[in-house]
Amino acid sequence: MTTRLFGEPVRRREDARLVAGNGRYLDDLGADALAVAFVRSPHAHARITGIDVDDAVDVEGLVAIYTWEDLPEGVREPLPLLIPHPALTHGRTAYCLAKDVVRHVGEPIVMVVAADRYIAEDVCERIHVSYEFLKPVVGLENAVEGPNLVHDDVPGNVGAHMVQEVAHRDGRAARDVIAAAPHTLEFRLDIERSACMPMEGKGVYARWDADDRSLRVYSSTQTSTSVRMAIAAKLGLPLPKVEVIAPDVGGGFGVKIVHPWPEEILVPWAARLLNREVKWTEDRREHFVSSAHERAQVQHVKVGFDDEGRVLGLDVEILHDHGAYTPYGIIVPIITSTQLLGPYKIGSYRVEFFSVYTNTVQVTPYRGAGRPQGVFCMERTMDKIAQYLGKDRTDVRAANFIQPDEFPYDQQMIFQDGRPLIYDSGDYPASLRKLKDLIGWDDFPAMQAEAAAEGRRIGIGVGCYVEGTGVGPYEGGHVQVTSDGRVHVSTGLTSQGQGHETVFAQIAATELGVPIEKVSVVTGDTRRFGYAVGTFASRAAVMSGNAIALACRKVKEKALRIAADALEADPADLEITDGMVHVVGAPSASIPLATVAVLSNPLRYAFDEEAKRATQFATSGSMDRPPVAEGQEPGLEGKDYYSPVRSTFASGMHAAIVETDPDTAEIRILRYAVVHDCGKMINPMLVEGQIHGGVAQGVGGALYEKMAYDEYGQLLNASFMDFLMPYVTEIPRIETDHLETPSPLNPLGIKGAGEAGVIPVSAVIAGAVEDAEKIVIDRMPISPSDLYALRDSSRTSGAVSLLRNTQ
Amino acid sequence: MKPPSFVYHAPATVAEAVEALAAAGADGKVLAGGQSLIPLMNMRLAAPGQLVDINHVAGLGEITAEAGGVRVGALARHAEVEASETAFAAQPLVRRALRLVAHPAVRNRGTTVGSIVHADPAAEMPAVLALLGGSVRARGPEGERDIPAAEFFTGPMESSLRTGELAVSAFFPSTAGGTAIVEVARRHGDYAMAGVAALVGPDHARVACLSVGAVPVVVDVTEAQGDWARAARLVQERIEPEADIHATADYRRHLTGVLAERALKEAADA
Amino acid sequence: MHDVTLVVNGVPRHARVPARRLLSDFLRHDIGLTGTHVGCEHGVCGACTVLLDGRPVRACLTFAVSVAGHEVTTVEGLADGDRLSPVQRAFAECHGLQCGFCTPGFLTTVTAFLRENPAPADDEVVEAVAGNLCRCTGYQNIVKSVHRAAELMAEEGP
Repeated sequence: MTTRLFGEPVRRREDARLVAGNGRYLDDLGADALAVAFVRSPHAHARITGIDVDDAVDVEGLVAIYTWEDLPEGVREPLPLLIPHPALTHGRTAYCLAKDVVRHVGEPIVMVVAADRYIAEDVCERIHVSYEFLKPVVGLENAVEGPNLVHDDVPGNVGAHMVQEVAHRDGRAARDVIAAAPHTLEFRLDIERSACMPMEGKGVYARWDADDRSLRVYSSTQTSTSVRMAIAAKLGLPLPKVEVIAPDVGGGFGVKIVHPWPEEILVPWAARLLNREVKWTEDRREHFVSSAHERAQVQHVKVGFDDEGRVLGLDVEILHDHGAYTPYGIIVPIITSTQLLGPYKIGSYRVEFFSVYTNTVQVTPYRGAGRPQGVFCMERTMDKIAQYLGKDRTDVRAANFIQPDEFPYDQQMIFQDGRPLIYDSGDYPASLRKLKDLIGWDDFPAMQAEAAAEGRRIGIGVGCYVEGTGVGPYEGGHVQVTSDGRVHVSTGLTSQGQGHETVFAQIAATELGVPIEKVSVVTGDTRRFGYAVGTFASRAAVMSGNAIALACRKVKEKALRIAADALEADPADLEITDGMVHVVGAPSASIPLATVAVLSNPLRYAFDEEAKRATQFATSGSMDRPPVAEGQEPGLEGKDYYSPVRSTFASGMHAAIVETDPDTAEIRILRYAVVHDCGKMINPMLVEGQIHGGVAQGVGGALYEKMAYDEYGQLLNASFMDFLMPYVTEIPRIETDHLETPSPLNPLGIKGAGEAGVIPVSAVIAGAVEDAEKIVIDRMPISPSDLYALRDSSRTSGAVSLLRNTQ
Repeated sequence: MKPPSFVYHAPATVAEAVEALAAAGADGKVLAGGQSLIPLMNMRLAAPGQLVDINHVAGLGEITAEAGGVRVGALARHAEVEASETAFAAQPLVRRALRLVAHPAVRNRGTTVGSIVHADPAAEMPAVLALLGGSVRARGPEGERDIPAAEFFTGPMESSLRTGELAVSAFFPSTAGGTAIVEVARRHGDYAMAGVAALVGPDHARVACLSVGAVPVVVDVTEAQGDWARAARLVQERIEPEADIHATADYRRHLTGVLAERALKEAADA
Repeated sequence: MHDVTLVVNGVPRHARVPARRLLSDFLRHDIGLTGTHVGCEHGVCGACTVLLDGRPVRACLTFAVSVAGHEVTTVEGLADGDRLSPVQRAFAECHGLQCGFCTPGFLTTVTAFLRENPAPADDEVVEAVAGNLCRCTGYQNIVKSVHRAAELMAEEGP
């Protein structure tokens, strides 16, 4: 019997400190640090012609003002393009502080360091920047049509252009297949911008130790190891002289995986230069205009299908709004292009995207990272096929599903990790059955008719997705058992609320057979673990979870070997239960793991009673062998890495019932059902929590949130007053059911769960509103005002039957 | 997002407050609940040179029944007015409208008179005051005056309060007949895209509309008494909605019509 | 500069601050109680909610000088010594938090709410927390936590 913790709804170990107000978020640190504020561009596109600081220099409490001119080599170069790709022929990144030209409202121009943030903002107000206005490029189609350019040297504003083709098995190209298909449809879809919007913005706090010539930096980041390397490189410091720590992080959702943010370079640079602690805490307005957004795409779709609704060919052309810069490469449109395929066997596929620059905030991954757009495209396509053929929408999906016996299923594309898009496992028909039962799909028509008789409009929608999770290249885990019996686990990736301290402790406790109370977990601290990639793409549990499990297995093997010596038993006969190593079936022949830890480290000096047992005159080991056997290391610890051949593919299906008000056009979600398959669940309570939160963000994206830019590139709703993140009153109760199809790719059989909830929501809600209103919904989000306008135009065009396209 | 500096006054009496306000002139601003002013200051969209904080002035927090209505003091928090049985007995619409004002934590600090003085055409309490034909009592260097609601609201965020004047209370009259207020906001607690407060008596009917003009738009629909669909059309003809990122002008006009009909029906049935 | 003394979690706390010092910054930076979080600084998100004389208010929309002499309860003041309050325990038990950044605002709001309404209906719970934004949980477990806290309080008595 080993301690059963894996798979249990273990309560979170993070919470005791967080509910007591004892969390330590970025701005809770550095009480005496100087504060930073920035002068940011109020214009979307302009040439800086002068910066006048005369009014500012006398402000009491001012410490320093920096512009691009003041930056040293390394810091004055453009920020790195993190993920190069051959198709990204015109990748462009920003400077830490704008050099000559600003390309979106919010771009930092001047850095101010002062005694506190109030004073820093006073100084910013007194710095006068003069500009020569350039024509702003706003809106995807405006950008493509030109003639105005975001970057002078990027013709047509196209940063990347990529075509991927998967031919029909008979060799024909998708466009040929579509041309010859029995039925075809052609349509356009639009998705607007939203953003991660974690409750805590970004932030950086740096301490320079002049005696030690070393730098310690705290950043509210999703990747402390990578921030560390960037800082060392930019500031010209030896890597061992830089440590980066992600403290408690108040949500990330993607925006904090981007790095280095200008502030992550500038704040440490200033701290070293001034030899003072320096801190920047992003405020909400800064977060709106100078972090990152995502989602905006225009998609042109052509599909050919047969009488059963099976897709024979799909041709999608995507305009992807990349904002002003491409620091994260073209990961988002690549994910859209590949994950668009969902749980389906698409006969032949052509996808082409243009990644387009506009004078708006840069676009980098936001939870889901391109998948919501891809799923919107595919699921709208499925709905349209069903409508066209007069079939049930779930039947058309089922007709296209990859079957359970077809795994591994090769979609014959290259995924975002540069590796083949091969699905490892899944059972889509079973998921759909569960979903239909959960929402009552087959009973809905009667319910809809009943509502109609009362003058109410209700509709149902469904959406399916497959999500590549746990992308490589690797993560590592380190596990150390100390002589007090405590187990110290560390991994390099970071946490932003997922509960890693809990799930990694569950894994370690289960693997080692120790009480979870003995286990402590540290994440995102380069002092403890230096090699890591980061927390994104629903990868933390898969990557670090497996790495920690592997490290634990090493430790366990060593523990059993040492214990076998002490107990004069065969290691194969030993097991660890509740922290005691014992002979299987003979609990009395046992030794505490703590003692094994003592024995693992042969000592000359005793530092306490327990340690005496490992000193040179106390041990009874063989005199023929060295105290530390050849090939062994002292200490009961182990480190291992997990590096998968490719991603593992989670999946899920959602359904919703909505009601639309015939008079006010308000849209209310009456029910929301989720069936989710992330392989084996480490902690079902936390998986549910991830789903709830994801769906809530999805509802935000479907009904409330958009970034409203005007033609001048001004963000009109850069506040929580007008960017409508849902409150509790906007989010329905979410009903969930699970399927556990283990991944064959990793030792724990797990898949990622972090992003899933958000992915299909817009598609589901669009389908449900369409069903309620009998009006085509091709643009999300949809507001009451939008729905009113759609009703109006469908009335004037007399097009209630708009759905039934003709060839 | 930190507020700019200002000179702070903390008067203990209305007279001191008026004196400080008069001395500050156009540079002065009253701080009561601060729930509208401080966000603007944090965003540095407002930068009053002097703030006259009336939170320490005695006697301004009272809610008093008077002949024909209820008087609400300048320091009465929304939540206190909402909970006040005195106010409810005199004019039940006040409580119903206050429940639509932002969220409880904001209502715990924000004041009803402050909301009226802020004169946001999207806010509920100016519309209620306008619908009921209430008034604002102002104290200035030249003494005290009552400003009828019809003259009080002069534009978006603009009132006829003079420089140096302090609004010391608002008066909500009791009314014969039923009242109602309905609105549609994007999220619960947001400023409404449209909203209508209605008052229907045996021989009169009128509405006040939010978010469809520079000030609360009061429309007398007595002529359509009982035919609320027609009344709603009359209302739609009178309003001048504008588009913003949340709603088109067309939608606002439509919505105001729908809500006018609903509010009038509810008021007539009350 | 103004001498401001507030009774914070039952203890008089003093700092000399400019009039413009927001109560949120006073608590966090002047007296070092960083449990109160700042999420928007325009009064919408509710992360900074503290109890002013027992009632929830936005600390980011309050000048410290304006509430001098009053009582303030922050998240640090909810526990009884080392014993977490029923509301705090319920949030932990029901997975009512993820990143934890918005949580202090929910905890203070709910503490005041349950004091006035110890056995709330579901819609009352929703209304009570309707002014607080959370980006992680989707709120479902927060609502569950409030009901659970009410149960715990009923079990344990005053």
